[in-house]
Amino acid sequence: MTRHIPSSEITPRHVYVSRRKFIRGLGLATGALALAACGALPSREGRSATPTTMPQAGAMTDELGDPINTYEEITTYNNFYEFTTDKEGVARMVKEYARPEPWKVTVGGLVNNPRVYDLDDLRKFGEEERVYRLRCVEAWSMVIPWLGFPLRKLLEEVEPASQARYVRFEAIYDPDGLPGQRIDWYNWPYVEGLRLDEAMHDLTILATGLYGEPLPMQNGAPVRLVVPWKYGFKSIKSIVKIDLVAEQPVSLWMAAAPHEYGFYANVNPDVPHPRWSQRTERRIGELKRRETLPFNGYAEEVAYLYEGMDLRKNY
Amino acid sequence: MFASLTRRFLQFQTLVHLGALAPFLALLLDIARDNLSVNPIQDITFRTGKAALVLLVLTLAATPLNTVFGFRAAIRARRALGLYAFGYALLHFLIFSMVDYGLDLPLIWVETLEKPYIYVGFSAFLILLPLALTSTRGWQRRLGRTWKRLHRLVYMAGILVIIHYVWVVKADIRQPLAWGVVVLILLAARLSPLRRYLTRLRSRLRSRLQRRRRPTARAVASSGAANRTTL
Repeated sequence: MTRHIPSSEITPRHVYVSRRKFIRGLGLATGALALAACGALPSREGRSATPTTMPQAGAMTDELGDPINTYEEITTYNNFYEFTTDKEGVARMVKEYARPEPWKVTVGGLVNNPRVYDLDDLRKFGEEERVYRLRCVEAWSMVIPWLGFPLRKLLEEVEPASQARYVRFEAIYDPDGLPGQRIDWYNWPYVEGLRLDEAMHDLTILATGLYGEPLPMQNGAPVRLVVPWKYGFKSIKSIVKIDLVAEQPVSLWMAAAPHEYGFYANVNPDVPHPRWSQRTERRIGELKRRETLPFNGYAEEVAYLYEGMDLRKNY
Repeated sequence: MFASLTRRFLQFQTLVHLGALAPFLALLLDIARDNLSVNPIQDITFRTGKAALVLLVLTLAATPLNTVFGFRAAIRARRALGLYAFGYALLHFLIFSMVDYGLDLPLIWVETLEKPYIYVGFSAFLILLPLALTSTRGWQRRLGRTWKRLHRLVYMAGILVIIHYVWVVKADIRQPLAWGVVVLILLAARLSPLRRYLTRLRSRLRSRLQRRRRPTARAVASSGAANRTTL
């Protein structure tokens, strides 16, 4: 039983987008016919002013059969401390924020081909839909249809040198525009890290969109990491720098509370956070709590990465 | 004179009730208008918890407000404030146990063992429970001196609630710590040496003011009242 959807079964974005355009076109044509019958064909301006349709994902469920969360749920409940610690406040605050343009992602460190990527360069790696569960360390979870590409593709292009053992990610640093970064309680900018084999795993993606749309700022635009078997905070948002390194990087959370947040942060119901149980979670939109699955339900795909490791110590 | 004083006192009491009910009404309104986040149970839990904390701190502030500033109305509002604090704590507890955990007792037990903030918060609730039950005049009379000793436990509840709050938050504990400082100041204001110093300071300030002005009937009345209050 394989839970992971093979990439061959994922509808490429251009296919379902054109499919949708076709369906929408059908609707418009029917509507136009009906209106023409009444002698009230809308003008060209009138038609282009109609509100854009709701964002739509290709898939409706994850591979376990659980429905994807709504676009509203995914885009109004966000942990993004660079803005505010208020999860609902982030979506309000991003409206007044203009991120630096053009966006650049500098990839370097122990690589043979260091390179600066702009968004067009990243688009060349393709965009496929991946429906993943996101499990926050605060014990809530969502099912999110991301658009993105495996990080492996980018890493293969820059060619990690033989000494490279870890990947270090750094997020946007813009204290003038990001009020949360003016509070020096945390060691800004946000930093996260993966072991090289975790970073090369097919489930690890760089996401550039969700629900068939470009990534909204509150979800980490324009490009973020998604590592579905780890707690949400590992999936760093708004990445500007990726370095291949020899030593295990110290993440922002490891620096803030070393005994509470480890480097690995794999979803594990048997290893409680020192203050919070991780046995159960609330899926956003559901009333009853759910039991949290080892590796967030991706154990078959990723457990081998940690064979022989004491996951209580390497939390 | 008496009538106007009564009116002022009544107005203050009304204000206390309205203020204490406001978080509850705001919550009901937000529920009715579907104005909560997409994680509503957690929102309701946080908001009732916060209201309980604020009201508990106000309850603790009532006595020092009287002894230090001679604000007697605070004493009269103390019981109501305490009962409202308990009411919010009760809601907070019911939502946690019945809605969030669906009264799944084995699960609550296991999670409580792994979440120390739960048993600290629950202990605070267990302290507030007998205080709320014995808050009537009848129990006050029946218990006599014991009543006062019993109700001093409210400071214990205050400290536990702060620990509960500190342990709940993810990392940035500045807000819970700020509330903790307030609770400590209020506790310190009750300790005998400091309290005596503050009361003396106050009466000295007052007599200096009175020497400058002609003593009015009200000042005499309120200083007499201050002597009667030995809380």
